[in-house]
Order: sequence, then C-alpha cells, then structure tokens
Amino acid sequence: MIRSQRWKGAAFTVPFQLGFVFLYLLPIGYAVYESLFQEKQSGLGLGGATREFAGFDNYQLGLTDSAFMGSILRVVLFACVQIPFMLLVSLVLALFLDAVTSKAANRFRIVLLVPYMIPGVVAAIVWVNLYSPAVGPLTPLGDLFGFDWNFFAPSMVWPSIGNLLTWHGIGYNMVIIYSALQGVPRELFEAARLDGASESRIALSIKIPFVRGALVLTGLLSIIQMLQIFNEPALFRRITPETVDDSFTPIMIIYNQAFNAGNYHYAAALSVLLALILGVASFLFFRLTSKEVD
Amino acid sequence: MATTTTDSPKKSGRSGMPPVQRITRPDTASRGRGGQRFILLGLILASAYSLFPVWWLIVAATKDRVGLYQSNGMWFSGMHLWDNLHQLFTYEDGIFLRWTANSFLYAGVGSLGGTLIALATGYGLARFDFPGRGVVFACVVGSFLIPIALLTLPLYLMFSEIGLVDTPWAMLIPCLINPFSVYLAKVYTEATIPFELLEAARIDGAGELRIFFSIVLRMMTTGGATVFLLAFVNTWNAFFLPLTVLRGEENWTLNIGLYNWTGKTLESGIDVTSLVLTGALLSIVPLAIMMTAMRRYWRSGVTMGALK
Repeated sequence: MIRSQRWKGAAFTVPFQLGFVFLYLLPIGYAVYESLFQEKQSGLGLGGATREFAGFDNYQLGLTDSAFMGSILRVVLFACVQIPFMLLVSLVLALFLDAVTSKAANRFRIVLLVPYMIPGVVAAIVWVNLYSPAVGPLTPLGDLFGFDWNFFAPSMVWPSIGNLLTWHGIGYNMVIIYSALQGVPRELFEAARLDGASESRIALSIKIPFVRGALVLTGLLSIIQMLQIFNEPALFRRITPETVDDSFTPIMIIYNQAFNAGNYHYAAALSVLLALILGVASFLFFRLTSKEVD
Repeated sequence: MATTTTDSPKKSGRSGMPPVQRITRPDTASRGRGGQRFILLGLILASAYSLFPVWWLIVAATKDRVGLYQSNGMWFSGMHLWDNLHQLFTYEDGIFLRWTANSFLYAGVGSLGGTLIALATGYGLARFDFPGRGVVFACVVGSFLIPIALLTLPLYLMFSEIGLVDTPWAMLIPCLINPFSVYLAKVYTEATIPFELLEAARIDGAGELRIFFSIVLRMMTTGGATVFLLAFVNTWNAFFLPLTVLRGEENWTLNIGLYNWTGKTLESGIDVTSLVLTGALLSIVPLAIMMTAMRRYWRSGVTMGALK
C-alpha cells in the first residue's frame, strides 16, 4: 500500500479517535485525577471547604467503607445465583429449539425474544406493577393458592429483581446459544445415533461442549452488567424506598455520593475501584473458564 | 468464536448478511413422541412466561382507574384506552409528547451520526494498514469493559463546565462515539468490501473520499442498517446517562419521565399509575415496529454479539 494512501486510511478513523479522546480517555483521566483530592473544611468550617491533595486516601476509605464493600458483596452473591440460573434456562430452551422443526423453532424464537425488545426501565416498570399488591395480578394469584407473598419484602427484593432480569435476559442469551448450536456439524449427531446414543446423551456430550464458547461469552456479558446493576433497583426504590436503600448496589452508592452528598472526589475513587474490580472479575472468569478446556 | 455461528458475516460475500441459515432436520422424526411433547410443552410454558407481562400491560392500558384496581388483571374490563391516551397526551401540557420527541431526537440523530462515524472508522481499520491501527482497535475492544459510571460522572463534570448539562447536546454528543458500532462496522467491512474492488476504483482514478461515499457506503447498507438499529435501541433504552446529564424535565427521555412518574404516587399522593402503564406501552411501540420491520438486520446483529 502506498504511503499516502495509508494516511488517508488513517484519516477515516480521525473523527472517532478525537471523540474517543474527549469522551473516553479524558473523562477517565479526569476521574482518576479527581479521586486523588478531598474537600476539607478549614478550621471550624467557617471559611468554606478547600480542595486538598489526598493521595490514595479516598481509595483507602472506599476499601474500608462497609456500605460500598457490602453492596459489592450483595451484587456478587446475587450474580452467583441469578446468572447460572438464567444461563441454564437459556441453554435448555436453545436445546429445545434445536430439537423441534425449524418452522416451529423460528416461531418460538420470535416469541421468546419479545421481552428483549422492551427497554430495561419499561420492563422494570411493568414488573414492579405486576408485583404490586394494589394493581398486580400476582397477589390475587397467590391468594388463590394460599400464598401470602409480598414481593417488596426485604427477603423478596432480590428474588423479585432476579425474576425480572431472568425474564428480560433469557431470549437474548438463548438466541446467542442457539446460533452457536447451529454451527454443530450435523454429521456428528448421525454418527452418535448410529452408535446408539440417546438424544439427551447427544445434547450433553456433543451440543453443550460445542456451545461452551457462547456460554462463556453470555456469562461474561452478564457479569459485567450485573456488577453495574442500577436501573432495576433504582426503580424498585421509587416504589419501596424502605426496603431498597440508596446504597443497595455499587452504582447507586456512586450516584448518591456524586449527586446527593456532593462528594465527587469520593464518587470518582469508587468508580475507579469498581472499574478495577470489573476488570479483575472478567479476567478471573476468563481464566477459570478457559482452564477447564485443557 | 466466529466459527460457532453459522451466519458469520465472513461467509456472506458481497451481498451483506445472509438470512439465518435454515437447516432441515430429518432427524426429528426419529425422536420419541413423548420427548417431542415434553419439549413443545417446555417451549409453550416459556412463551407464556415471556408474553404474559406484555399481555397484562396491554390489558391494563385499556382500563380506567376503577378497573385497574378492582378487575381481574389478565382480562379486559371496559374499553378506556382512548381516555387514557387523551389523559396521557394532555397531562402537564403534553409533557409526554415532549419526552417522546426527545427520545426520537436523541436516538435518531445521535445514532445516525454515530453510525456514519463508526462506518468510516470500521472501514479505515479494516481496509488500511496505518501505524497506530492496533492501538485504535485495542481502545475499541478495551472500552467494552469500562463501567458506565466511570465515564458518566466525569462527563457530567466536564459538560457542566462548558455549559452543556441539561441541553440536548449532553445526550447527543456521547451517542456519536460508540465503540461497539465501530467493532460491528469493522467486521461488516471485512465481510463485504473486497480489496480488489478498492484497487480497481483507485486505478480508475477515484479519490479515497469518493470511494468511501459512493462505493463503500452503498455496499454497506445492510451492515449500516444493523449498526444504526442497534445504536438506536441502545440510546432509546439509555437510563444512567440521561438521568445524570438531563435535569430539567423538558429535556428528559421517555425512560426518565416514566421512571419519575413511577414514584409519584408515593411522593405526592397523585396516582398516575394508569398514565405510567399507558405510557410504558406506548414507549415500546416504536421499538417493536422498528425491530419487526428490520428483523433481518436485527437478528444478525444479535448473533454478532457472539463474535465479540
């Protein structure tokens, strides 16, 4: 390729590069910079606050902040239950789709993708109302079977949110796993059948190992989303502020520190910490899942 | 991972994304009847679970307040959809229509600009070998891991310093740079634009800009439509960014408006549940229409996620 042509090619990427610098690199740098400072009250607090360099004090505070670490633990525990459950259901449904005629599979696939078409906030609004004892149909349904369930009770908030996330996410994950399943060479099944393998055996020993890559990917995407969960608990908080407090998830704490407490420096430090945790979690997940292959 | 999807764009040649491959399965006949029934039952139950909230929402949007609180949630009780719509459109001087227009503005204009930038970048990355290309691509992929709070909070501070907070620009500018769109555009370019074609155009004396606008963009309509659709949906669904950078309700999106109304009963005692539900239903309609109309593109885009 001629030299001048190369530079013309680079020119096509210039708008993006500029935007990336201003909308990604600069904000991250700014957040890291801000996280190294603290507002300090001078003397008796009469002279107003002054800005002082604080080194890693904000980070130390964050790591020992029981509300922040507690929220991370809460979200991680929840992720350990909800993500495997959702992926298992998605996998089973993808295997089911793979087992029916392609005409039926297409119809079911479209129906099962309907929840994914709904914006996350709207999905949360719908479910909050479904759960609502005043307007929702689930409370009368519970009465019918003798359950006296309260979806907004402290012990029920996570299952309620988990159900909402599962409902919203199954279709998308199923489609990714299903399209991976389509890549399994069909001759493998014939060969296995000739050898006398049952359909469930084929699913377990051929299909599932073949879609491992898709499962790792959907798992990773779910973990990244889950550590940043905000929309659903924020919406629950609008309905039941007494069960979902303002430090329910890491992002909720960061948002509150920045906009309600006005403590940008601390919020910046916490968001850097969250990014590091996210990076480490993704890395560990990849290591764990790729080790099993060997 | 590219090898695990049948509709990988790499195989699709010049015509863009292929329709999802249909595979005939003669083997299903050999399965036991009971097994098939069990599988169908499972799929039907999953479909019912997926659809019943939407059904409930449609039914709820047709009820007046009495019906909403007292009748069976899963079936109709009177037809008050028009009253609800009228109420929704006139509430607080038609603020709902304003939010709808805002959502269309941010998602439409933002995604259009973002798609154009992404296509140019994807083309540059896929078809030119310039120094720093690897760094740009590493930035694209690396940014998938950045939590939204880490970007949004400093962006808010920066925007407030230059007076952009609480203006439409605060939503539009971030939409212009979308690394995932760039990633998709690169993959689509690799699949649809042959090197030989570019060489031929150059020999014919076409300039690089002309090649991009009159050949590349035209051949990328399918890929471009997918990128646009996914970006549109993404912006339409956005929540954390608009919640942070838009303070006054005249600039809000549908999501923020509906979120705000949801807690109103508790905050001020004014019951707007009926408005929230009708509004929620309406806010799905544009997405549903767009996704159905562009189903082919969308499906390939969803499975493209598997290539990441």
